[in-house]
Amino acid sequence: MPGILVYALHYDGAFNKNSLGAVSEASRLAAELGTEAHGIVVGEGVSDDLASQLGQYGVSKVFRVEGPEGLAQPVVDAMAKVIEDNGHDYAVFGGGLLGFEIGAGLAARLNAGVTMEVTTVRVEDGKLTAERPILGDSMISVKHYKDRGIIIGRLNAFEIKETGAGGAAVEDVTVEFSPFSTRAKMIKRGEQRGADVNIEDADVLVAGGRGLGKPEGFQLAEDLAGAFGGAVAATRAVVDAGWYPYAAQIGQTGKTVAPKLYVAAGISGAIQHKVGMQNSENIVAINKDANAPIFEFSDLGIVGDLNKILPKLTEAVKAKKGS
Amino acid sequence: MKIAVLVKEVPDAAVVKRIDPSTGRMDRSGEKNLNPYDTHAIEAAMQIREGGAVEVDEIVAVTMGPTSAVRALHKAVSLGADRSVHLSDDALAGSDVAATGYALAQVLQTESPDLVLLGQQSDDGECYTIGAVVADHLQMPSLTQVIKMDVQDGGVLCERQAEYGYDTVQVEFPAVISVGDAINEPRYPSLKAIMGAKKKPLDTKAIGDVDIAADRVGEVGSKVVAAAFHAPPAKQGGTIIEDEDTNETVEKIIAWLDERKLI
Amino acid sequence: MSGGHGSQNGRVAPAAFPPPVDPQKEFIKRGLDPEDEIIEVGVAIVGGGTAGLACANRLLQLLAEDPETLERLGEVPVAVIEKAKTCGGHNLSGAVMRPEPLEALFPELSREQWREEGFAFGEVTKEAVYALPNRKRHVKVLPVPPNFKNHGNEVISVSALARYQQRLAEEAGAYILTETAATQLIVEDDRVLGVRSGDKGRGKEGQELGNFEPGSDIKAQATVLAEGCWGHLTGAAIREFDLASNREPQVWELGVKEVWKVPKPLDRVIHTLGPWPLHLSAKYGQIGGTWLYPMKNAKTGEDLVSIGFVVDLDYRDATTSAHDLLQQFKLHPLVKGILEGGERVSWGAKALPGGGYWSVPKLTMPGAVLVGDSAGLVDAAALKGVHHCINSGRLAAEAIHAALKRGETSFDAYEEALEESVTGQELYQVRNVRQPLQKGFVAGGPLSGAAIMTKGKIPPGRLSWHRDDEEEMFVGNTKDGYPKPDGKYTFDKLSSVFITGNATRDDAPNHIRIQKHVPRTLAETWVWMCPAGVYEIPDDAPAEGLVDLTVNYTNCVQCGAITAKGGRLTPPEGGDGPLYQIN
Repeated sequence: MPGILVYALHYDGAFNKNSLGAVSEASRLAAELGTEAHGIVVGEGVSDDLASQLGQYGVSKVFRVEGPEGLAQPVVDAMAKVIEDNGHDYAVFGGGLLGFEIGAGLAARLNAGVTMEVTTVRVEDGKLTAERPILGDSMISVKHYKDRGIIIGRLNAFEIKETGAGGAAVEDVTVEFSPFSTRAKMIKRGEQRGADVNIEDADVLVAGGRGLGKPEGFQLAEDLAGAFGGAVAATRAVVDAGWYPYAAQIGQTGKTVAPKLYVAAGISGAIQHKVGMQNSENIVAINKDANAPIFEFSDLGIVGDLNKILPKLTEAVKAKKGS
Repeated sequence: MKIAVLVKEVPDAAVVKRIDPSTGRMDRSGEKNLNPYDTHAIEAAMQIREGGAVEVDEIVAVTMGPTSAVRALHKAVSLGADRSVHLSDDALAGSDVAATGYALAQVLQTESPDLVLLGQQSDDGECYTIGAVVADHLQMPSLTQVIKMDVQDGGVLCERQAEYGYDTVQVEFPAVISVGDAINEPRYPSLKAIMGAKKKPLDTKAIGDVDIAADRVGEVGSKVVAAAFHAPPAKQGGTIIEDEDTNETVEKIIAWLDERKLI
Repeated sequence: MSGGHGSQNGRVAPAAFPPPVDPQKEFIKRGLDPEDEIIEVGVAIVGGGTAGLACANRLLQLLAEDPETLERLGEVPVAVIEKAKTCGGHNLSGAVMRPEPLEALFPELSREQWREEGFAFGEVTKEAVYALPNRKRHVKVLPVPPNFKNHGNEVISVSALARYQQRLAEEAGAYILTETAATQLIVEDDRVLGVRSGDKGRGKEGQELGNFEPGSDIKAQATVLAEGCWGHLTGAAIREFDLASNREPQVWELGVKEVWKVPKPLDRVIHTLGPWPLHLSAKYGQIGGTWLYPMKNAKTGEDLVSIGFVVDLDYRDATTSAHDLLQQFKLHPLVKGILEGGERVSWGAKALPGGGYWSVPKLTMPGAVLVGDSAGLVDAAALKGVHHCINSGRLAAEAIHAALKRGETSFDAYEEALEESVTGQELYQVRNVRQPLQKGFVAGGPLSGAAIMTKGKIPPGRLSWHRDDEEEMFVGNTKDGYPKPDGKYTFDKLSSVFITGNATRDDAPNHIRIQKHVPRTLAETWVWMCPAGVYEIPDDAPAEGLVDLTVNYTNCVQCGAITAKGGRLTPPEGGDGPLYQIN
C-alpha cells in the first residue's frame, strides 16, 4: 500500500529547493514506514527528464498531470484523484505559498487533518507525528493524525538528500478539473520587480544599527550584502534617524525575518529588535561593545570595530564565492 | 454584489501568548482584538464599494467564536460592514483549521456571497490557509496573500508574491480572496460609526441553524490532535571572537560560514 | 529664550526652558461644529480610570431609577472617553485601597467577589515600615506611623479594577469609547460644552495621511474631567477658569512599579522610608520611598508581589532615575529575600499629584467638574488615592444627576459634598505633612512627623509648595549606585517598556512638547528621569553648554512626569501607549 504522495513545484525546467527537501523527507519517512513515496508534478508539457529527476531524491514513481501551472486548486484536484485511486495515507508539501494553499485545499477535499509550518516529522507506532512551532516560535506543538494526514513543512525545513538512485518511472494521469478550479487564470507569472529584494525573502540579510556611526556607514552593509547576494536591513533607531528607509526596518514594529544568515553590524540587540529576527537560522553579530545583549543570542559574535572588519569581510566573501 | 468578510477575534498583540495547561489550548482570557489582518480585508471591501467599478449591495462581517467575539463584529461594522453574523456554539470549541474552514463555509453558503474576503493570517492560529479550506468547500476559486486587487470583467485581477516572483491572476466571481497587509492602509472608524455599530443588525447562529454536522467540528470532528507541547530546543551558546588581528578574524568568520554552507 | 537665566554655576532650572505650548490657545476650542457633524451625549466623562468609571457606574445606577432624566440625556446618556485600548490600559497604582468607597459604590459585592473578579488580591493582615540606612541593613520603624497603617485595607490592581468597572458600565448602558483621546475642551460663553476627540492618521510631521480621520465634537450636558495625574484638558481648564487662584501650585511624584511572581508568599505590606538608596543631603533634594505589597491571585492561586519606587519630582540631582532606583532597591537583602527565584511579570510607570489639600484646584466650573487624580485628590502621606478617586467619582455623579434632574446647571454641590466626605477630611488632616520635606528629610522630617502624629493640628496655617520645574538641577552622583541590568533580576528601560505592550505607530506624530536645544544638565535631567528612555543625548554632543535632545517619543508610556519637569505631555493618537493588565 503506497504511503506518501509528495508534491514538487517546478518553474522554468527546474524544481525549487523547498520541494526537493519535501521529496527527500517524504522518501525518508516512507522508507521508515516500510512503504513507498511517490511524487506528483502538475504542469504544461512537463518533460520526462524533469519528472523522473525526483527519483534521485528517493521516490519510486512520479505521477505527471497535464494542467495549469502556478495555481493551487488544479493540483488539489489532481492529488485528490491520485490519492483516491492509489490510497496514499499522507501528503507532504514543502512550505511556500502553493504548498500551503494546496495542502489546505486538499485537507478540505479529503476531510483529512493538516498541519502547517512543520519543522520535524517522526515515525511513531507505524504512523507519522508532526511537530510545529507555535505562539511566535516560543513552543513546539506535537500533532497526531486521526487518519489521513497532510504535512506542510516550514519553508526549507526539510533537508535535501539525494539517495543515489536514478530516475523514477513516470506515470501520466488524466484529471478532470473541477469547474471552479479553472476559474482562476494565470495572466503573468514570476515577474521580477526591480532591484529591491524583499527583505522577508532574502536568504542573507546584513542589518545595520547605530553602531554604523553615520548614514554613510550603510555603504559597508550594502557592500557586504552585495558580496553575499543578499539584502540590507535596518534597526528602528537608524530608520527613525533617517539613515535608511522604513521598508528595511526589522523589529517589533517593522518586519519579522528568518533568513539563513543574519549579519548584525553595530546593533546592540535590544529586545524590540530581537523579536524581529531571533528565528534567523544563523546569527553573526559584530559590535565593539562586548556587553551588547546581541552576543547573548548570536551564533557567532565578533567584538571589534566594524569599520575594520566589514570591508575585509566583504573582500573575503567575494573571493570565496568567486572561487 | 455581496461581499462577505471573515473576521476573527484574537488575543491582543500585547498579551503574552501561552497555552492554558488545564485545557491544552491557547489561554484566551486576556485582552482580545479584531485580528489586524482582517481590518485590511474590511478596508479592501470598502475600497471596492467606494471604487465604483461594481455596485456593492452589502458587506457582511462573519465570525466564528465565543460570546466575546461580538466585539470583533462591532469593530468590523464600525469600519464599514453593514451587518454581521456570529456563529457561536459550544460544539465548535477545539476545532482545527480544517473543521473551522468547513464551519465557516457552511455559514457562508447561507449568505451566497459573490466575494469572500479575509486577512491572510491570524496572530493566534498561525495557519495562513483558512481561505483555501473555505474555498474548497464553497467550490469557489481562491487565492491567498493577495496584495493588489482590481475588480473587472465579472471577477478580480489579483497580484501576489509567490515562489518565483509576482504573479498576476484573474479570478472569476464568486471567489475567496485572502489579503496580505501590504494591500492597503485601513481607515480609522469615525466616532459616529463606532457608536452606531451596536445598532447594526447582528444575527447569532448555532450549528443547527446553518447545517453544520456536529461530528465534523470541535475536538470530535478535528482530524489533527495536539498531543503534547514542549519547549523548543535550547539555543546553544554562541562563539565569541575578540578581534585583534582583523585578517585572522575574517579568516575565522569565513571558515565558520563555510562549515555551515552559508557561503 | 536660551542661555542667560539659570546658567549660574552650571545649574539650570527646567522652568527656564519652558515647552513650546500654549494650553489655552491650543487645547480650548471656542464653539461647536455644525449640528450635523457633532455627537451629542448626556454626560461625557474624559478618562476611563477608576474615578471616571466610578462616576459612570454611579450615574447609571441613579438613572436606572430615574427614567425621566435618563430620557432627557438622549440616545447616549453616558459616554466615557478613554485613550488606551481598553480601560485600565494606562492605569497604574500600588495599591492598597481603603475599601469603604468601593463598597459604597457596589454594595452587593463582597470582598470575596472582588477577588474572584480578579482586581483584588487580599486583605492586609500584617504591615511593616522599614528604614534603610544603607544597602545592607534595614531597621524596623516602630510603632508603625499612622499614615502607613493598613489593616483591613485591600491590595488591588487599578488596571484590573478599571476593566471590571468598564464591563459593569457597558452592561448598564454606557458607551465606552476606547482608543479615543480627548484633545480639546469646547468652551463657549464661559461654559464647557463638551470635548473634541483627537484626530487619527497623522504622520510624523502632523500631515494628514491617506487614512486620516478627523476627531469629532462631543457635546455634553455635563463634562467630567477624570484624566489622571497630568490632566491634559484639566490643565487648560484650570487656566481658562482660573481654578488654581489662591491655591498652592501642584507638585508631582513619579512611581515605577513591577509585579513579580514569587516562590513564597509575602506575609505583610511593606513600606520603606530610605534614605537608601536616595541621598539624605538636602542639596540633592531627594524624597522618596518604596512599597512591597503581597498579591494572591484567587483565580490562578499564584503568589505575586507588587513593588514600586516613588520619588518626589522636586529633586535636584539630574541623574535621579526612579526606574534605576527601583532596580537598585531590588538588590537590598530585604527585597532579595522576597523576590529572588521569582519572575517579573509586569512593569509600569506613572506620575501622581503630591501637593495635597492646598494644591487642589476649585473642582467645579460652568458645565464641568474635576475628579480623581486630575483634581489632585491623593493622600501622598499614606500613598492613597484610589478610594478618593472612587469617592469623588461617585459624589460627582450624584451632584450632576441631581442638577440635571432639577434642570439646573450648577454642580457646586459636588465640591461641598466632597469637602465633607472622607476625602475632604483625610486630605485636610495631612494638608501640611509633605511640604516640610522640601527642606530635606533631616530638616523637614520632624515637622512632617509632627503633622502626622497630631493629625494635622501642627503646624497651623497653610504651608507652601514651590514648583518642581523651578528647582535648579546639577549633575550629581546618584547614578553611581545604579546596577547594570542583568536582564533576569534587574532590567533596562527598553526591555521594560517592551513588556508593557507599548504599541505606537512608527510614523505617528510627536506628542511631547519640549525644547530640543537645551543646556546639557537639563537634557541629562530628562534622560535620567524618563522611565521609558524617551530622551537621549547623542554620543557626539558636547560635555558642556547646549546640546541637541533626541526624543524617541514612540517609547513613551505616558507616565506624565515630563509635564512636571519642563516639558508637556499631550495625548498621542488614541490606542497608543502601554496596555497595563495587572498594574
